[in-house]
Amino acid sequence: MLVLLGIGVVVLGFVVRANPLLVVMAAALTTGLAAAWTPAADLQTMSGAALATIASFGKAFNDNRYVSVVWLVLAAIGLLERAGLQERARMTIARVKAATVGRLIWVYFIIRQSAAAVGLTSLGGHAQMVRPLVAPMAEGAAEAQYGALPDRERFLIRAHSAAADNIALFFGEDIFIAIASILLIKGFLETNGIVVEPFELSIWAIPTALAALLIHSARLWLLDRRLKRTFGARKAP
Amino acid sequence: MITLQHIYVVGGLFFAAVAFLSALDASNRRRLRNGVFWGLLAASFLSGAYLGNFGNGVLALGLVIVATLGLGEGKPVTTTPEQRRKDARRRGDLLFLPALIIPAVALAGTLIAKQTAWGPLLIDPAQATLISLVLGVLIALGAAMMWLKPPLLAPLQEGRRLLDAVGWAAILPQMLASLGAVFLAAGVGEQVGRLFADYIPLDTPTLAVSAYCIGMALFTIIMGNAFAAFPVMTAAVGLPIIVQHFGGDAARVCAIGMLAGFCGTLMTPMAANFNVVPANLLDLPDRKAALNGVIRAQIPTAIPLLIANIVLMRLLAFPA
Repeated sequence: MLVLLGIGVVVLGFVVRANPLLVVMAAALTTGLAAAWTPAADLQTMSGAALATIASFGKAFNDNRYVSVVWLVLAAIGLLERAGLQERARMTIARVKAATVGRLIWVYFIIRQSAAAVGLTSLGGHAQMVRPLVAPMAEGAAEAQYGALPDRERFLIRAHSAAADNIALFFGEDIFIAIASILLIKGFLETNGIVVEPFELSIWAIPTALAALLIHSARLWLLDRRLKRTFGARKAP
Repeated sequence: MITLQHIYVVGGLFFAAVAFLSALDASNRRRLRNGVFWGLLAASFLSGAYLGNFGNGVLALGLVIVATLGLGEGKPVTTTPEQRRKDARRRGDLLFLPALIIPAVALAGTLIAKQTAWGPLLIDPAQATLISLVLGVLIALGAAMMWLKPPLLAPLQEGRRLLDAVGWAAILPQMLASLGAVFLAAGVGEQVGRLFADYIPLDTPTLAVSAYCIGMALFTIIMGNAFAAFPVMTAAVGLPIIVQHFGGDAARVCAIGMLAGFCGTLMTPMAANFNVVPANLLDLPDRKAALNGVIRAQIPTAIPLLIANIVLMRLLAFPA
């Protein structure tokens, strides 16, 4: 039971708003120490357990470096931003008269979800698409429709751009058979003596994908309605 | 053949350049801390294989200490909004092209590595997408450098500008994965499963399905990752109760259960790469709050979708 203290540390860290990196490290050390603790344990055993925990954390940290490789993308995106990528996205969308914030994010949602469903999870993302393209386009659509935006609505539109990327990705990618979560399920079931094909798993991701599409489409429709109500009949100058 | 090791060298050199330029940035009061932080990450990428497990652990501890002291934000010289508008007008929609090179190469490289006979000679098929993604970045950078002719250091300085905007959150996913490994070794999963099975009423299929889906979402909220919640909750409730006791179909239960966990991912700041990184990248004023704008935009979709998953599992997982 003592090893559950590590989860307690995560929750506590949350509550006191400590730096999450510190929380993670503290939780790992707590768990390692709790696993080694017995009423008879002396200082030497416990300090040995702390060192062993740091070593096993270090091994996992090194094995998982690939998770942080994606930041290389920022060099290319930053370079294009320097040359006016975000501004260009705003201009392009402002020319499309039918574009509203909700419709524009909805189109991105459809593209992102269908691309993820066929395994193209890298066709999108916050650094690659949302910051340089989707959010500026959505803001541009609102500006074309209603004129200058107050901060409150500007940040609401940006948050919705990021949210659409996440939701479309999460509830699209499992339809593809070779995605990590599908392989994790397959591996887990196999160790428990149940053999399934990835296809049998991915097909059952489709009902939830459709539910996500329906629910989020309704939310984006509501977003458009909310913006319309906020700005009333105000027109772009 | 290009393997992950080559990619680590590229990443390490990038982080090393960011560290060096950070340390020289006089506009940042905390420039030394930024230099040490990105420098440690560079060391991990370049020499992690030679540091040994304990050495890597101390390195991670160093990253945590510097991040807890607090990083600053560098202000590299860049173009003004006025210049950018002028450039955008002059270059036209062609500006989108280099940005689209990255996913296009990522896709093409993955397909070539996995589907052709000669692909594996070029790209390690086991890590095809990641390697191709980095190749895409390098090709896009090359194209943009030749076309836009910015100063030579511009990609590094602009990359540093964005990387500083992301800040310490850049390594939280990697840290959480490492915490997962420590939890696994200590048997945390089994303990949570036992607690859950002991204290939650699971007498009917509907109750069991609800407990499994809500448990997946809650545990994902705590851990920031549905992959950590899945083995715990499925071993505790999914397999023994829903599948073995009530006769549910294992594939359907697991597929929908994982997606119930994803609903939790939408609601937690622990899922930093999905919920905190975009708030930083988009300069949201509430990016440091537990429930920032991105998470608040997601909750009204996540909760109905969690209910939808419970209903779907109840309806679909018990074929007559």
